[in-house]
Amino acid sequence: MPTELQSRLQPQPRRVAVGAEIVLEHVSRTYRGRGGAEVKALEQVSLRAASGELLAVVGPSGCGKSTLLELLCGLQSADGGSIACAPAVLMPQRDLLLPWLSALDNAALALRIAGLSRVRARRRAAVLFAELGLDGFEQAHPHELSGGMRQRVAFLRTLLSGKPVLCLDEPFGALDAITRAEMQEWLGGTLAREPRTVVLVTHDVEEAILLADRVAVLSPRPGRVTAQLEVELERPRARTDPEVIALREQALAALVMGGQR
Amino acid sequence: MRDARAARVRDGWASILLAAALLGAWELYADFGGVEEDLLPAPHAVAAALWSNGGLVWRNFTVTAEQVVLGLALALASGFALAVAIHLFPLLRRAVYPLAVGSQAVPIPVIGVLLVFWWGFGIFPKLVVIALICFFPIVVTTVDGLAAVDPEQPKLLRTLDASRWQAFRFAELPAALPAALSGARIALAVGVIGAFIAETSTPTSEAYSGLGREIMTDAGGFQTPRAYAATAVLFAFAVACFYALALAERKLVPWNARARGETR
Repeated sequence: MPTELQSRLQPQPRRVAVGAEIVLEHVSRTYRGRGGAEVKALEQVSLRAASGELLAVVGPSGCGKSTLLELLCGLQSADGGSIACAPAVLMPQRDLLLPWLSALDNAALALRIAGLSRVRARRRAAVLFAELGLDGFEQAHPHELSGGMRQRVAFLRTLLSGKPVLCLDEPFGALDAITRAEMQEWLGGTLAREPRTVVLVTHDVEEAILLADRVAVLSPRPGRVTAQLEVELERPRARTDPEVIALREQALAALVMGGQR
Repeated sequence: MRDARAARVRDGWASILLAAALLGAWELYADFGGVEEDLLPAPHAVAAALWSNGGLVWRNFTVTAEQVVLGLALALASGFALAVAIHLFPLLRRAVYPLAVGSQAVPIPVIGVLLVFWWGFGIFPKLVVIALICFFPIVVTTVDGLAAVDPEQPKLLRTLDASRWQAFRFAELPAALPAALSGARIALAVGVIGAFIAETSTPTSEAYSGLGREIMTDAGGFQTPRAYAATAVLFAFAVACFYALALAERKLVPWNARARGETR
């Protein structure tokens, strides 16, 4: 299936509406944890992503990656620094598909919320279903879908919100290695067809190098940017490509350095 | 599919065999255990009483069945509405819960006459009694069901620009439905005895006043076999209602694992 998908999802030049960029300047975020102790989640984080770029954020668990996404989506506000971000939509770690809705209706949820009738929402979602290789699964319910298919449906739901910025929180973290590789390929192809500005949070350095235009490495709590790598390689990228391997090692080294600080 | 059907047939036989064994033991005890018939009639005597009083028992049964069904509907509607209100307005939870718990301790005969004074000798005061007895489990399970939505779900819905009402309609309300139906099962289990209490604690003007009143009259008038016959009908009715609800649950919440698996 991957090869067939690849041919159907030939990369195209990235186009996205101007004004979909993200600029974070010296952003800090502290919250009160259990027992009233202050927890510094992010400290002096400066990041940027141009329209249509994919920014990957890697870091150890508990480095404030999820906090970063919630700041971008407007679910929390920063204590310090400034955030300029076009309207952003969150794809949480777990797919959170609604078990009583079909795959198609789950994907169309944002359209229903926007006020479209069930019929019109389904019709619009069905177009994307077919284009992205999910045709035949429209009527399946979440419990009948594999982990990879569930993530695809969840991603479609995110895409159909129509927002220019996508915040993906470890979207493939719970998948097995083979499915994850398939999904990385699928996501790359999908973004080539449906360009968006993407912030991808992951703990998988290789995934970051394969998909991103830029990789930001965060230190353990409080999250600080310890390194930023530009990835200027042709897509689709192969994990065996020496340049990919070199960048991966570079990012891993930065990750380890950040951890020792 | 075939396995499921085979399991269903096996379970059916198991319950029939158990019921037959219990009936047999009862029959033997009543015949040879030295117990008087007015105290415990044998199953064959109960069956005979049911056979010869079929018309009377049937008419009283229809009265009781109507009360149970409508009373439960009233309990479901009011319990569900109260649960939604408590969920949407947390202040109400603190104000209403103690009252709801306390209401379960009120002995119905104390207020039965008052209800009749308000609403007359018809069916309505009896429905109120049944609803009063049944609504509480529905409120508790529904409130818990509404609150059991994944804590990440509201975040997702907010980034999809859902309003509070939409979050409720698309996520919380359907998520609470299985819990509400669990509450309805518990309510149903007490609903039939609720009808008995309703009938015996509120006077009525009807010619046939329900199985509850009949049982009270018969038990006090040395018509024990007939009282047992009426009781057997109530017993069977409760079981039938329970399975009807299980069936409805499978249709209404097919995504619920429990409805899919357990209630064969």
